[in-house]
Amino acid sequence: MIDLEPLWITCKLALVTTAILLVISIPIANWLANSKNRLKLIVEALVSMPLVLPPSVLGFYFLMAFGPAHGFGHFLEHYFNARLVFSFSGLVVASVIYSLPFMVHPIQSGLSGLSPHLMEASFSLGKSRIETLFKVLLPNIKPSLLTGIVLAFAHTIGEFGVVLMIGGNIPGQTRVASIAIYDEVEAMNYHNANIYAFILFATTFVILLTVYFVNHRYAITKQL
Amino acid sequence: MISFSIHKTLQTSIGKMPLDISCEIPKGQLAAVYGASGAGKTTMLRILAGLLAPETGKINIGSEVWLDTARKINLPTQKRNIGIVFQDYALFPNMAVRRNLEYALENGHDNKVVDELLEIMELGQLSSRYPDTLSGGQKQRVALARALVRKPTLLLLDEPLSALDNDMRAKLQDHILQVHRHYELTTILVSHDISEVFKMCDKIFVLENGLITKEGTPTEIFANQQVSGKFQFTGEVLSIEKEDIVYVVSVLINNSIVKVVAVEDDIVNLKQGDRVLVFTKAFNPIIRKIEY
Repeated sequence: MIDLEPLWITCKLALVTTAILLVISIPIANWLANSKNRLKLIVEALVSMPLVLPPSVLGFYFLMAFGPAHGFGHFLEHYFNARLVFSFSGLVVASVIYSLPFMVHPIQSGLSGLSPHLMEASFSLGKSRIETLFKVLLPNIKPSLLTGIVLAFAHTIGEFGVVLMIGGNIPGQTRVASIAIYDEVEAMNYHNANIYAFILFATTFVILLTVYFVNHRYAITKQL
Repeated sequence: MISFSIHKTLQTSIGKMPLDISCEIPKGQLAAVYGASGAGKTTMLRILAGLLAPETGKINIGSEVWLDTARKINLPTQKRNIGIVFQDYALFPNMAVRRNLEYALENGHDNKVVDELLEIMELGQLSSRYPDTLSGGQKQRVALARALVRKPTLLLLDEPLSALDNDMRAKLQDHILQVHRHYELTTILVSHDISEVFKMCDKIFVLENGLITKEGTPTEIFANQQVSGKFQFTGEVLSIEKEDIVYVVSVLINNSIVKVVAVEDDIVNLKQGDRVLVFTKAFNPIIRKIEY
């Protein structure tokens, strides 16, 4: 029988990461959708970097940054007694950055797709930016929010390189399902690897199918 | 009294164009800013609404100062008591008609005004419908009602009727006039439709390439001033047909077609689609192309 713990850790990591991403991506996406600041291009490029960068590059820099021997890691360890490398919290931080574009991009394009008059009409009715965002803008981009949530969740499930570099392979802490597959293959346990692989395969397929189905339905009801 | 003077350099497809406007509009008037697209009408409206900042300028609404670049005052849109109706309506799709209006209420305000507006704008039966299920004219009525919930000091209408067909347009013009009088509003209508401006407005500002080139009452602006007809209407030439030695010109005035007899001299300048003034002098209707 396979060890279920890696699956649980994967699931927990994906949930925590998605929740954090949702909270931080909304202001980022809102800023990117509305700002005319020149810094916007730089921020956009940075947010998109994880899409093209090899995960090992990110993992390497995380390792450098969070390791107790270097600046930020040293600061954390010294003042907060926290160590981000080879720990679950480290995995969360790395995953948040690694999956950031998958949450920010759909929300940003959803917000950009709305008529700017919606926001301006709300302002003219005396409503603040925050109230406008939560009562007018976000409720009208539900499909984009759903897409962002699901893509970020699914992408975190599929993480491998970053997790391996920064999390190591500590059973019960940082050994996620994708790493467990690698482990089982290394140990020639193809049967177990197959079970893990199939579970991930089926889960991500069902998740993505659900999103496309829901968004398709939404598009149809909007047309009616 | 609403008075403003604003200056802003606009980037257009043909290069930079200065927008330089000074206007005074007495309280309770319905003023129109008339001009071709690209003349700067919408930009002016956006500056009044606080959605865009001019390089220099002043906006005084009665004793309130909304903008004074010299004193570094520029109230945000939220602090200016305005109502805006956009060309694309900008109704909130996630809210039913009644919710769209209630959203405009300040916290704790009772929604008697919402009920009243739903009734005036004949929206009672539509109050639980969502914007996506409404026709253009219905959406425009909701947008107008929503803009009035806060009893604005200044109502700004940005080509509010251009997307509607003629019947609907006439009906909405009546609605706008009705609420303008009922709530004693000061209204600025931006439009490039002569008949609309002519029918509705007390005062017209003609905006050309960023500058106000003419201002006055509709008749002063659009009709030749020396005409002293007993009655006069504006309309659009539908057809010009020759019958024996005279010409019969069919003119669309509001929704009715009027046939006017004209001689060759009268129609030299006329072609289908021209805007014309139809008036009587003595007893014969005379037709003349409107120059402006």
